Amino acid sequence: MKIKPNLAVNETGFLFNPSTGDSFSLNPTGQEILTLFKQGKSDEEVIEHMTQEYMIDKNTVEKDLYDFKIMLSNYKLGEEQN
Amino acid sequence: MAQKKQYERPIIKPLNTGLMNKFGTKTEYAPVKMIDGAYVKDLIKEYGSPLFVLSERKIRENIRNAKRAFETRYPKVQFAWSYKTNYLNAVCNIFHQEGSWGEVVSIFEYKKAIKNGVPPEKILFNGPDKTDDDLTIAINNNSCIHIDHLDELYRVIELAGELHKKPRVAIRVNMDTGIYPMWDRFGFNYENGQAWDAINKIIASGKLDLVGLHAHIGTFMLSAKAYGVAASKLADLALSVKRMFGIKLTYIDLGGGFASKNTLKGSFQIGADVTPEISDYAEEISTALLNAGFPTEDLPYLYLETGRALVDDAGFLLGTVISNKRLSDGRRATIMDFGVNILFTSFWYDHKISPAQDFSHHTEESVLYGPLCMNIDVVRENVTLPPLMAGDQVVVHYVGAYNITQSMQFISTRPAVVLVDMKGTPHVIKRKETIEDVELGEKIPDYLEKFEL
Ligand SMILES: Cc1ncc(COP(=O)(O)O)c(C=O)c1O
Repeated sequence: MKIKPNLAVNETGFLFNPSTGDSFSLNPTGQEILTLFKQGKSDEEVIEHMTQEYMIDKNTVEKDLYDFKIMLSNYKLGEEQN
Repeated sequence: MAQKKQYERPIIKPLNTGLMNKFGTKTEYAPVKMIDGAYVKDLIKEYGSPLFVLSERKIRENIRNAKRAFETRYPKVQFAWSYKTNYLNAVCNIFHQEGSWGEVVSIFEYKKAIKNGVPPEKILFNGPDKTDDDLTIAINNNSCIHIDHLDELYRVIELAGELHKKPRVAIRVNMDTGIYPMWDRFGFNYENGQAWDAINKIIASGKLDLVGLHAHIGTFMLSAKAYGVAASKLADLALSVKRMFGIKLTYIDLGGGFASKNTLKGSFQIGADVTPEISDYAEEISTALLNAGFPTEDLPYLYLETGRALVDDAGFLLGTVISNKRLSDGRRATIMDFGVNILFTSFWYDHKISPAQDFSHHTEESVLYGPLCMNIDVVRENVTLPPLMAGDQVVVHYVGAYNITQSMQFISTRPAVVLVDMKGTPHVIKRKETIEDVELGEKIPDYLEKFEL
């Protein structure tokens, strides 16, 4: 998923969207996934990365990623939205 | 290879400055992994999910506290366990072991109390629906009959004549205690003179032994003061009976209704922070009775039928997440394996819910649904919890009152109930319902036995 390039995320999971002034908090996995997306990683690469790093199966990550992406779009953090 | 990290479902949550959530900064999500030394995970593994768990330690602590609160303020106090609040026999017997009598509102409950071994003269028989057969049993047993309405009053007088017995009776009185709504559908009204008329009728009949006065002014009463008013009004009636007829009443019964720690729906404050302590109620009631004008040697007994305040916080419902969903409006929905059919009080309360395992401090708001295929099956309309995943376990708090007695069997069988004893050992006090239990009373007419498809 393509993420707006100007979003700022810090190490504590605080995310700021300078174009709207909205701020968000992410948990560590959310933060990690967002960072991977910002690096241009695909869904498959993200899933691969998460299952490598965490004690979790592929299906669960896939389900959770699906939901997480809906939320990112909902909060207008995707590239295609403005 | 390096150790893999603990996974948590990814979440993102808007930080809306200025907009506090409904409960301010209170957190509901500190994990609860144990109940009185028994692990939630082990309990579910052993007895299944969902599962009701009751803490014996908490029940005993509650009744002892309540007794202490009243007995240190008033010399003659007697608790009677309100059966309808939770009539699992093991629970009733804990209260009876602690010295509580039985308070029942139907012949079904009356029989349960008798079966449990409560001496019949220590059963207070309330309720508007007592048949002639029920009354006959109670009269023959010398139980205290709390008369609810005029029809019942006449029936008891007639039955007393037929049975050649002098039944021990009290009347239920309703009154204005400054609380809205006023519970005036039960008993005889104080302000308009009905209660006094009923007393006159009882005494004029010469057939009944008027031993007490009863009131139950409402339930989940957040005002302790209302009990002071009720105690004064009943004391006033008792003193008038003494003055006019020379009869000393044995007791004044103030019923139940003390609030538990639950949070009423629509309330903006957490229940545990705003409900009066038992000692607040005790103070109001004792002060009113001690100042009413009884000579010290004639102080009536104070009977109390406290229900939910003694058992609600001793009950827990353990459950498991079935699935997570995203609703069309973006809200998160979590589907639990328990619904409103076994958690009836979710219609009244915003039950406190804790996860049963560790999470990071990140949380999200969610609607909690039960598994019933019905729209009304909402356990919490809005709850802040960590990112629960399918299979995660939760603990619902303050469910000891009215859930087991009011539960409905619907589309599946009802869960087991486990009592954790004073040493932390679990005992099944009601096994999980079976299909045979549910079909026990069913009969199929011969012509419906067979079919072909
Ligand atoms: C007559 C009577 N006594 C006692 C109770 C117990 O009330 P609570 O559980 O609110 O203390 C009730 C409950 O409605 C009642 O009707």
